[in-house]
Amino acid sequence: MTRLSSKRSNPLSKAWLGRAACAALAVAAAAAALPLAVSPAPARAETPAVPADMKPFTQSIVGLAATFDMVPIPGGTVTVGSPESEKKRNKAEGPQFDVEVEPFYMGKYEMTWDIYNEYLAQYPILGEGKGKTIPFEKQADAVSYPTPIYDIEAGPALQRMGGREGKLPAVIMSQFAAKQFTKWLSAKTGRFYRLPTEAEWEFAARAGTKTAYFFGDDAKKLDDYAWHYDNSALSDGEVGYHKVGGKKPNPFGLYDIYGNVAEIVVDQYDDAWYAKFAGKKVGWREALRWPDSQYPRLARGGGYESDVENCRSAARQKITVNDNKKDPQIPKSPYWWTEGFSIGFRVVSPVKEPSAEEKNKFWNVDNESTADVLKRDREIRQLVEEITGPKAPK
Amino acid sequence: MTDSIGSTRRDFLKTSAVAAGVALSANVVASRMAYAAGSDELKIGLVGAGGRGSGATAQALNTSNAVSLVAVADAFEDKAKSAVDRFKKDRPGQIAATAATTFSGFDAYKKVLDQKLDMVILATPPGFRPMHFEAAVQAGKNIFMEKPVGSDAPGIRRLLAANEEAKKKNLKVGVGLQRHHQQKYIDTIKKIHDGEIGDIVLLRVYWNGTRPWVRKRTEGMTEMEFQMRNWYYFTWLCGDHICEQHIHNLDVANWVMKGPPVEAQGAGGRQLPFGSDQGEIFDHHMLEYTYASGAKMLSMCRHQPGCWNAVSEYAHGTKGTADISGGRITFNDGRPEWKYQAAPGEGGKKGRGGDPDPYQVEHDTLAAAIRNNTPYNEGDYGASSSMTAILGRMATYSGQVVKYSDALERGEELMPRDYKWDGATPVKPGADGLYACAMPGKTQVLAAKKA
Repeated sequence: MTRLSSKRSNPLSKAWLGRAACAALAVAAAAAALPLAVSPAPARAETPAVPADMKPFTQSIVGLAATFDMVPIPGGTVTVGSPESEKKRNKAEGPQFDVEVEPFYMGKYEMTWDIYNEYLAQYPILGEGKGKTIPFEKQADAVSYPTPIYDIEAGPALQRMGGREGKLPAVIMSQFAAKQFTKWLSAKTGRFYRLPTEAEWEFAARAGTKTAYFFGDDAKKLDDYAWHYDNSALSDGEVGYHKVGGKKPNPFGLYDIYGNVAEIVVDQYDDAWYAKFAGKKVGWREALRWPDSQYPRLARGGGYESDVENCRSAARQKITVNDNKKDPQIPKSPYWWTEGFSIGFRVVSPVKEPSAEEKNKFWNVDNESTADVLKRDREIRQLVEEITGPKAPK
Repeated sequence: MTDSIGSTRRDFLKTSAVAAGVALSANVVASRMAYAAGSDELKIGLVGAGGRGSGATAQALNTSNAVSLVAVADAFEDKAKSAVDRFKKDRPGQIAATAATTFSGFDAYKKVLDQKLDMVILATPPGFRPMHFEAAVQAGKNIFMEKPVGSDAPGIRRLLAANEEAKKKNLKVGVGLQRHHQQKYIDTIKKIHDGEIGDIVLLRVYWNGTRPWVRKRTEGMTEMEFQMRNWYYFTWLCGDHICEQHIHNLDVANWVMKGPPVEAQGAGGRQLPFGSDQGEIFDHHMLEYTYASGAKMLSMCRHQPGCWNAVSEYAHGTKGTADISGGRITFNDGRPEWKYQAAPGEGGKKGRGGDPDPYQVEHDTLAAAIRNNTPYNEGDYGASSSMTAILGRMATYSGQVVKYSDALERGEELMPRDYKWDGATPVKPGADGLYACAMPGKTQVLAAKKA
């Protein structure tokens, strides 16, 4: 195993702390924030151009020193899935079809603990007598705060990987918790945030390419761009997650889009879904497989526990009930996936703000089993209108 | 079996762990000895239908399809009913409990023990465990009980006495300290017991995490109902988090030292903002324990978000150091580090998570002991590890050096004399709705010596 202790102990560069420069090109801004001295991937000929009025920005959150960076992703058409000729593909990646995506901003990095912890901290804060339990029927207008992490399992594992802090990627949350986080984040910032749809994620990852990876078909090059199973060992020789932004970005300026942690998307995992659209071109709303059962769910891009073939642009990671095996309680917590140490998420913010109803669809509980558990009494909720945050400039 | 789609190495390991689990269950099934005339049938009852009680029941049901749940008790009617409903939905073939065998109230446990059962699962808040355990032993049931096994010294004494009866009756007793069934711990501690790190001079154990759930007071709740629903925050029910969580780490140290420490002193308190919902417990404890050999243990547990998190155990010896939770041993003489290797996954790939789930293994081994009628009793270390945590709490609450023997003999009683929904609770809120917590230097934790 390669030892990467020197890399692990690298202090964060000042770029983390400063505001990202509003460069005209996302890629240029990305280079400015690079903690390691590597040059980004050159913008490829096929990469869709970012319109001049879409600029990268840094999102701050009231009362929190930590910020996160967003980069523009133009609208366009993506061929999702992989051709049958692609090496090591899974048949669930086909048949291929075209999806038209509208412009959005996407997290330059995977969501990190320094931000996610602030959301988790609301549970005890509201538990200090200040919060009120919100009846189930008002849930649509409330944010659910996750019950505490399952320390006996997650504690040592996360501690080994450098803790749950700073610019390490937040992990082991369920899709429901990630969605509620984006609802909380929207209330805190005054900007609409949500998880990406599967097609949006693939459009952003591919950046106009049709090859297995955005840099071509040669998996050997993955080491330059991603932490995966064969290169992510920590100083103790075991694989683990790494600070975000340690590898080269993709042509849109997205870091760790492959590897480090797999990224949860909105869609339900459904291996028969693509067949409905074979050879067609559809809009992103039509392509979106809205979930209706708690499992299976879906993450994209692979993580530090993934083999290189599972980091391909088309690779789909199926998340099942087994990913929450180690929760010794019944019913299991709807907020955590106890096996998801290499599963996190990245947020997006579409240019065109949807209706309030559609926003709630992106944020709220979407299946009966989870809704049933939420009716129990461990809930700490807060009405969106009570989550104070200044309305950020659009 | 895990689908291979986009699977990670972890999935391979999970799959192999499932396979290992299946193999183990198959062994259990294959070893039909002298149980119920060659049948695998086990009838189980559940007392305390909360999250962990339901989880433990699921694991007991996993041991064989011939295991059935026949009766359920909870203090709260809604919890007992919803647990049965959920089990009927999840495991339709294994649930024989009916409305007539679903009980609620403070005496519901007696009604479960009146049923024909092979095993009862005791998973109420810890304060009730000694009373329930004693009754289960008297009723001649095999027992799986969750940790800790009491919240005060009189309770532990009662449980120890009942456990002697359990041994005489050859009842099987399992305790939910699942690290005893986790291969990494078993192998690492065997190395320490084999003398690999020499004589132990220091142990360090931690549970620094986050505050657990709260359950809020609602309109019309009596004080007793509020405390029972929000039991984590009341010492008589939970023992404080040093008992409820940190016991896992203290238990590992006692396992290494082959017995509990002889005394403890330490500091603790409540520093975070709190309301009525936070009851009376501390949010941090830090202890120095001393073992009979003179070895010291540093123990720390904390519920303060934003601080250094750790759930781990270490042992330092004259020849080396063991990171027990990490499954690693380093040697002072420069020998290469020893590292625990988890069971390999598919294709011999190594990684984390290849071992069977210890929460399942503890039930598989207990069920096998019941079926084969082999001696099986984890009650003594369950009791001494629980008492070690209670001793720590007594030391932080009082600010004194407290001896284990004094604590066990004279530790004060916390439990109420009788249990009624509108009855008196051991602690009451003040005029401001808040509960007083212990004050080191003033709080007394020992009853007077008997003349």
